[in-house]
Amino acid sequence: MTYMTAIFYFFAAILVFAGLRVITARNPVHAALFLVLAFFTAAGLWMMLEAEFLAITLVLVYVGAVMVLFLFVVMMLDINLDKLREGFWDYLPLAGFVSVLLMIEMALILGSRHFGLAVMSTPVPHPAGYSNTKELGRLLYTDYVYAFELAAVILLVAIVAAIALTLRRRKDSKYIDPAEQVKVKRNDRLRIVKMQAVKKQTEHKPEAGETGA
Amino acid sequence: MGGMVLDWNAIQTVAWTLVKIMALVVPLMLSVAYLTYWERKIIGWMQVRIGPNRVGYLGLLQPIADGLKLMMKEIIIPSGASKGLFILGPILAIAPALAAWAVIPFTDSLVLANIDAGLLYVMAITSMGVYGVIIAGWASNSKYAFLGAMRSAAQIVSYEIAMGFALVGVLMASQSLNLIDIVQGQSGGFLHWYFLPLFPLFIVYLISGVAETNRAPFDVSEGESEIVAGFHVEYSGMAFAVFFLAEYANMILIAALTTLMFLGGWLSPFSFLPDGFIWWALKVMFVLFLFLWFRATFPRYRYDQIMRLGWKVFIPITIVWIVVVGGMMQTPYGYLFH
Repeated sequence: MTYMTAIFYFFAAILVFAGLRVITARNPVHAALFLVLAFFTAAGLWMMLEAEFLAITLVLVYVGAVMVLFLFVVMMLDINLDKLREGFWDYLPLAGFVSVLLMIEMALILGSRHFGLAVMSTPVPHPAGYSNTKELGRLLYTDYVYAFELAAVILLVAIVAAIALTLRRRKDSKYIDPAEQVKVKRNDRLRIVKMQAVKKQTEHKPEAGETGA
Repeated sequence: MGGMVLDWNAIQTVAWTLVKIMALVVPLMLSVAYLTYWERKIIGWMQVRIGPNRVGYLGLLQPIADGLKLMMKEIIIPSGASKGLFILGPILAIAPALAAWAVIPFTDSLVLANIDAGLLYVMAITSMGVYGVIIAGWASNSKYAFLGAMRSAAQIVSYEIAMGFALVGVLMASQSLNLIDIVQGQSGGFLHWYFLPLFPLFIVYLISGVAETNRAPFDVSEGESEIVAGFHVEYSGMAFAVFFLAEYANMILIAALTTLMFLGGWLSPFSFLPDGFIWWALKVMFVLFLFLWFRATFPRYRYDQIMRLGWKVFIPITIVWIVVVGGMMQTPYGYLFH
């Protein structure tokens, strides 16, 4: 067993454990954190496959952004665990069917003569100066440029749709616009009034207790 | 595993790397300690006070005394806390702050790991720092801590986007993700440093860096006047100190990254002076001074204004400037942006 194989099994064991805990952990926050661990470990495995760009992007996008928002939501939820478990036995046959289907699909890919490991040649390790990022960028912007642009447009439409669906501005809410506040000038808030100083009346004698207003 | 052959070379590599990691982390922790001293002195002078001057000559032993005090104190775990995560919080806060230092070059040869995608690595690792804050806030089972965690999560995720776009500009100018190549692309005096052609991105990066490290005036996640101490209100002793260490290690990291990407790293400002680590250190200290100066000068931002600044001001600025840089590179004046 070489050093690399030992690392692979170490990562794989953590990944499988984290994956199992995602579905068995009782607390949804713990489950989400195990999912973070699973992503991070998967990134480690990708790194071993010399796919450093994908590995780092997995951490950057999924661990650094997606899961943070996920946790954000999960932490705010008030989840009644007993209620969630009510329909467990009713849904078990359907879930079992889906998992068997998934297993058959995986077996078809990994076990068949046409797609199995024996057919695939062992990848040749690249020299130290090989830049995965550069190669990926070159491929994306030359051979696959239309597919890439199409994916970008679909994502943009999805963003616009998501914002359009959730953007509701209540008429009665006392919403403050910071932009308006920031550009406020002295003249908007303050009016300086010029007036003549009032001369003290000499003939009028002020009574005791009367103020100078 | 009886048949496992110990790979002697691998063991040697691991041991030697551990030694190098220690050689990096120990000075870093000392810098963190003295950054707290420096901060208290600077803010003291700015407020016409003296600052710490009791422990040791000129108060120089103050950070050591503070560290000892925090180590002696009891770590209290609240009874309703999620115990495992409560302890994991500070660990997850400091781990990324230290791990990112692996790829930071000090000179063109002095670096722990000179990896090709160094810039991406730094972005990915620093984006994980938010977990420490969120987990600490949630696991404390306290409303103040939870509010702090929520504020911090939204703030860090927002400013990370602006930061990432600012780095895209650097990436376009240097045409490399390797931090050493990025610095070497700026050689030839201070007029060639990227802060000039990428000036809007430099400013955005610097301010987003302040926001990312939860420093004043963006320190709403611990805003003392509103939510006591925010996410670390339930922490005491060394567990609290670890959050503190993480914040200052992150500050030095952001200062180092600003130096490497916009201020020419270890390059000297004038071509007749030799390059060297001293320039790196001076520039990092200058950026750190800015951090302290901001803290002593600006009042805390209101939360909705923080969000507006991040999403409606910084992100549009960075996107526009990326387009400008990309467009200019196609013109005969493209050399100005390299």
